[in-house]
Amino acid sequence: MSGPQPDPVPSPADRSAGPADARSDADLLTSDQTLADLRQLIERYPEPRSALLPMLHLVQSVEGRVSSQGVELCAQLLGLTAAQVAGVATFYTMYKRRPAGRHHIGVCTTALCAVMGGDAVLAAVQRRLGVEPEQTTADGLFSLERVECNAACDFAPVMMVNWEFMDNMTPAKAEALLDDLAAGREVQSSRGATITSWREAERVLAGFPDGRADQGPSAGPASLSGVELSLKSGWTADAFPPPDQPTAGGESR
Amino acid sequence: MTVAPADNLVTVTIDGVEVAVPKGTLVIRAAEQAGVAIPRFCDHPLLEPVGACRQCLVEIPDAGNGRGFPKPQPSCTMTVADGMRVETQQTSEPAARAQRDVLELMLINHPLDCPICDKGGECPLQNQALEHGRGQSRYDGVKRTYAKPIPLSPQLLLDRERCVLCARCTRFAEQISGDPLIGLLERGAKQQIGAFDGVPYNSYFSGNVVQICPVGAITSQAYRFAARPFDLVSTVTTCEHCAAGCQLRVDHRHYEVKRRQAGDDPAANQEWSCDVGRFAFASARGDDRLTRPLRRGPDGLEPAAWPDAIDAVAAALSRAQGRVGLQTGGRLTLETALSYARFAHAVLGTADVDFRARPQSPEEAQFLAAAVAGRGPGQAVSYADLDRARRVVLVGFEPEDESPIVFLRLRRAVLRHGLKVQVVAPLLSPGSRKLSAQLIPAPPGAEAAALAGLEGLDADCVILVGERLAGSPGALSALLAVARSSAAAWAWIPRRAGELAALEAGLLPGLLPGGRPWDDPGARAQLAAAWGIENWPPAPGRSAVEQFQAVLDGQLSVLVLGGLELADLPDPALARRAIEKADFVLSLEQRRSEIAQLADVVLPVGLLEETSGTFIDWQRRFRPVAQVVDRPRSGLTEIRLLSVLAQALGSDLGWRDAAGAAAAWDGLPAWTGPSPAPPAVPVPAADRSAAAGAGLRLASWRELIDDSRRLDRADELAASARPVAVRLSPATAARLGLDRPGAGPVELVGPAGSARFDLVLDSSLVDDVVWAPARAPGDRSLAGLGLAPGDPVRLSSGGDQ
Amino acid sequence: MTQPLVPVLTANWGQERSWKLDSYVAQGGYRALRLALGRSAAEVMAEVKDAQLRGRGGAGFPTGLKWSFVPQDNPNPKYLVVNGDESEPGTCKDVPLLMASPHTLVEGVIISAYAIGAHTAFIYVRGEVLHPIRRVRQAVEEAYAAGYLGRDVLGSGFDLDIIVHAGAGAYICGEETALLNSLEGRRGQPRLRPPFPAVAGLYASPTVINNVESIASVPAIIARGKDWFTSMGTEKSKGFTIYSLSGHVAHPGQYEAPLGLTMARLLELAGGVRAGHQLKFFTPGGSSTPILTAEHLDTRLDYEGLAEVGTMLGTKAMQIFDETTSVVRTTLRWVEFYKHESCGKCTPCREGTWWLVQLLHKLEAGQGQDGDVDKLLSVCDDITGKTFCTLAEGAVACVTSAVRHFRSEFEVGYTTPAWEHLPYDASALFPVESEGGRA
Repeated sequence: MSGPQPDPVPSPADRSAGPADARSDADLLTSDQTLADLRQLIERYPEPRSALLPMLHLVQSVEGRVSSQGVELCAQLLGLTAAQVAGVATFYTMYKRRPAGRHHIGVCTTALCAVMGGDAVLAAVQRRLGVEPEQTTADGLFSLERVECNAACDFAPVMMVNWEFMDNMTPAKAEALLDDLAAGREVQSSRGATITSWREAERVLAGFPDGRADQGPSAGPASLSGVELSLKSGWTADAFPPPDQPTAGGESR
Repeated sequence: MTVAPADNLVTVTIDGVEVAVPKGTLVIRAAEQAGVAIPRFCDHPLLEPVGACRQCLVEIPDAGNGRGFPKPQPSCTMTVADGMRVETQQTSEPAARAQRDVLELMLINHPLDCPICDKGGECPLQNQALEHGRGQSRYDGVKRTYAKPIPLSPQLLLDRERCVLCARCTRFAEQISGDPLIGLLERGAKQQIGAFDGVPYNSYFSGNVVQICPVGAITSQAYRFAARPFDLVSTVTTCEHCAAGCQLRVDHRHYEVKRRQAGDDPAANQEWSCDVGRFAFASARGDDRLTRPLRRGPDGLEPAAWPDAIDAVAAALSRAQGRVGLQTGGRLTLETALSYARFAHAVLGTADVDFRARPQSPEEAQFLAAAVAGRGPGQAVSYADLDRARRVVLVGFEPEDESPIVFLRLRRAVLRHGLKVQVVAPLLSPGSRKLSAQLIPAPPGAEAAALAGLEGLDADCVILVGERLAGSPGALSALLAVARSSAAAWAWIPRRAGELAALEAGLLPGLLPGGRPWDDPGARAQLAAAWGIENWPPAPGRSAVEQFQAVLDGQLSVLVLGGLELADLPDPALARRAIEKADFVLSLEQRRSEIAQLADVVLPVGLLEETSGTFIDWQRRFRPVAQVVDRPRSGLTEIRLLSVLAQALGSDLGWRDAAGAAAAWDGLPAWTGPSPAPPAVPVPAADRSAAAGAGLRLASWRELIDDSRRLDRADELAASARPVAVRLSPATAARLGLDRPGAGPVELVGPAGSARFDLVLDSSLVDDVVWAPARAPGDRSLAGLGLAPGDPVRLSSGGDQ
Repeated sequence: MTQPLVPVLTANWGQERSWKLDSYVAQGGYRALRLALGRSAAEVMAEVKDAQLRGRGGAGFPTGLKWSFVPQDNPNPKYLVVNGDESEPGTCKDVPLLMASPHTLVEGVIISAYAIGAHTAFIYVRGEVLHPIRRVRQAVEEAYAAGYLGRDVLGSGFDLDIIVHAGAGAYICGEETALLNSLEGRRGQPRLRPPFPAVAGLYASPTVINNVESIASVPAIIARGKDWFTSMGTEKSKGFTIYSLSGHVAHPGQYEAPLGLTMARLLELAGGVRAGHQLKFFTPGGSSTPILTAEHLDTRLDYEGLAEVGTMLGTKAMQIFDETTSVVRTTLRWVEFYKHESCGKCTPCREGTWWLVQLLHKLEAGQGQDGDVDKLLSVCDDITGKTFCTLAEGAVACVTSAVRHFRSEFEVGYTTPAWEHLPYDASALFPVESEGGRA
């Protein structure tokens, strides 16, 4: 899409063999269903171009990445140039230009997760999968990414599977999780639904619900630290205003 | 520039200098008026501010409200306020430091390849670094590197590691020309400019991004490694490619032009040019350049000595006794055109002169004589009027193809002032779409009716028409009628740079120099007195087409043809027959051409870059053409040559060079007599054959980049042409059975032949009309097929027959 | 002394199916909406303004004041955009709210949109949080079905549509003008101001952009009144907020409290630093806020208290690190974050973070040279105050505050790798088998 990557350190070659059904993905992209879905996304917004981010999510849910063809399709539907769409597709890290795996694994290694053990989790995942970040396993089952802070610091170290939370990771838990996924066993997110696939997740992100909103807990244990302490201690919102403070109208400025 | 009323002015103090500037002025612009140059990279006066490079930081100790900004502020995004105090790098150490800091960061990833960079020697970043940078970098890390260079288009190359991400190029593409085919890609430290794979940045205006790139990141194939800026000699002149009147800066070295850049003319091209103006300047550098006279002998054209050739021409012209037709094309300066006019009227004694190497009509000649000729800038529409207009209607005129700077100015007015553009045309072209134009659908031939039907016109409206209206009966008459009744302004914008000068010089049948009607005895008497003309021919002269016919009818015996291409003529077959039949044909040419090959004598003439003169742009401004190189390869300018011929004929042209011609022009008294009557061709009745299903009609115009010979030796430019295709509405394609997917090319059939084209379905197109480019490469000229716009035409599936 | 915590937004998070409409309504949900619709938009706006609610997304700008900047005579549609792009390292409060009680936000959106006269609202949620997005979408659907959204909300004559929009991975979209670009389908790069979004924001129309927590706080303010709200907090930092504790703390998580308690108190509520260890440093409001150390434990955690010690309340995200932690390592990772998330638009941020990362890499690897710490500070000086937006200021704040408190530890990097100086294994929450201590 944009020529060679500018990293000063040459990145290792992509070991992905790519999906065997790449051709059928391309056909799916221009299927009536996909076109209808893309048009529906456009309809949802006051101005068509606003649909571009969801459209790109949908494109990669269909073809497993955002290909040149996907870029051109979005451009055509929105009356943009391919360069304009490519500018957007390459700006956001969630859009994958090389085929992602059936499961997309993200390990947070921003400062806090890294220190709490995220680096060790990432090392374990790399060992188990035999790939580096930004690569996909040869069997197309897993792709790996070093993610930046995923807003779950109270559950550090955190790993994402298809953008579902896997909280309080350890290398051992991560390896077991990968084994379960590889074996096709049912895996439950710590604070989310049962794991489906990255493509299905991308379809939900695009704006087509998968009916799994009611799965999983309301919150993880850490999210409840404060409120449980309050419950235990009898602290409520009704305690305000506290007795030593005047109520409405009594104040002088 | 308009002077702002005083109550719209604010006073700011910049480095102690007080200036009054209009409200809303950016600090960086106000500083320019105070004589302070603040360094900048992303800032460009014609682009929207972006504040990206941060090089222009200044201190603002008082924002006009008594309070200052705690941190340096970008002067390219901040507008002035009354009472504001600004301290730039010249007076403020914090400002100077901020600029040094930003410069240091800008340079950490910039390569040290100035010695091999095209921009070296004229590079704002290099200058800034030399003036204000550290002698030695503190950066010892890894520099960003990229594969280099990568093509953005056939014409442009990008060296990404030189790029400072100022986004001037991408903003130009989006904001000015409306071709966002390049953009910012990636993010953060990896952010880079790029085009989409397989979609090159082919824009008629792409070369501007080379010029506005503040570093050497974008270079042109044409100029890459061709010269060092300090070895070039620059000349400011006027572009010869169209009637837009662009100022150019032409750089040459060793008597060869190396590059051309847009000059800065706020009243015309501002700081832009089209790619033809920029890159099409080497067409005469091929083996076909004529440097010696040629004379037809037993074995065809052979080199001849100048005296022999001149004698042969003089003998033939004497024999003709005035039965000479003279055609000059539309690319001459006023001085050269005037020389031809005097040569015709005073030396040859013929009135058969015409500059129109293109479709033409008697109605048009009448229109030009009555309503266009003899008018100065004060009596004509200008670019500024387009900025001010509420509504502009385009008729028979496709500005992006036919006058690109008019297109840019219209687009600017659309985006900045909410100008509404309407276009009377059979389809919405790419240019019309970029103007957000409203289509007033009109099949070819229906322009007159559409003009007559325009509603709501007033003095805030401008109608722009092109030379193509000559081919649409009644249209020019309708234009004058509707302008008269509505007070709308109008302008006729020809494609070629020399048409208005030729018109003023009187190279049109029925017209004499200065807008004098041939029919008016007083006009003739004035000219006769000035030029010593003793005898006038009995009739006011023939048009170009009539001249060819007259040769075939035996009424004319000699043709003098300068700068003409057969393929440009409305009826190339007729012209060829006439040229072959004429007793004698003199061709005055820079290069061998089809016509030159048929001539009896060919006299080489100099290039425009070897002479000086004046063009008249569509605004009727006289624009200077400067001599760029002073070593003409042919030895003679056209004016000198005409003067030599006059002498050989025992006569006198009256001058020998452009200065003499210009003095003669200035000496002609202004014509104050009556103008000829305007044309009054009625609006044609609705065309019966336009009824649905009756047949196809042809619509066409010349695209900016086509197979014109002026683009020769600019191969990259030619490669950036639009894809060649004919267009049909989906309904018409269905009716013709041409709409099935993958149907392949179609065959466009005219009376003189057929040609193959790709087919594009265009839902904006009027039904039962096929649009085709007039001069597609590969022998697909529509005139060559015997076709003109409005003609019935057949289209068949490419697989037929 | 009043109670240190106050469950308002978090109150229902632990309840059975808290994310469902019926559960929310059973807890008194949408009562505030009915109250608001019974009052004029101006009255609702005044209530929020008088409550002195300040933006909870980092900048702390008064929410009601922001609303009042919307020119009501502007003929264009008005838009409300909720900023749920929660991405600031350490910040993890909006995501649990979206997951556990999305209706709190939806109700807040409806009331806020009513107040500013918007008929279309957007909830922009970062894309990398799938389940919260599911929950918010479902909540919006439920609200439509119940008549809280769509035409004629609850018979009030007020129309409102909510569009839930997933981002696609870009921290910078938390910056409000970058978010607008993103929502318009463009690269998420910040826009010039002026024009300000309140005047020309989304689609060049008047637009209010508020953080999830800010908007979610509105129903409680309407239901309980501004006096209830202002009775909490400190003089200029009114009300309650969610503090997020993470890292080397016994009980990390979300602690909702009146503004202004001290770090010492908050840490005590969270069970203190993990057993057997001592506090080394912490961020008060996400990684973009200069770090503090144990000497600042008595600082009030409100806008003013933290400003007094040279830092900011930010997103109230306390990342707590104990004495095992290499500050060089954390600083590098944070700066790498800013480099990764720099949008690339302006020179100082794009190039400056590139340079800082390289210098910090050398120091982490023990390959620094004498003077590199000063160079680090000097590059920070090159950057600061010159950038288009404040993203790079976060990177600068990390570095300068870390060097201020732990300069000698950076200087160790002239000779010794950070992982040898402070073996990384010791910081992990689990035993690590590693090579050379470099986990």
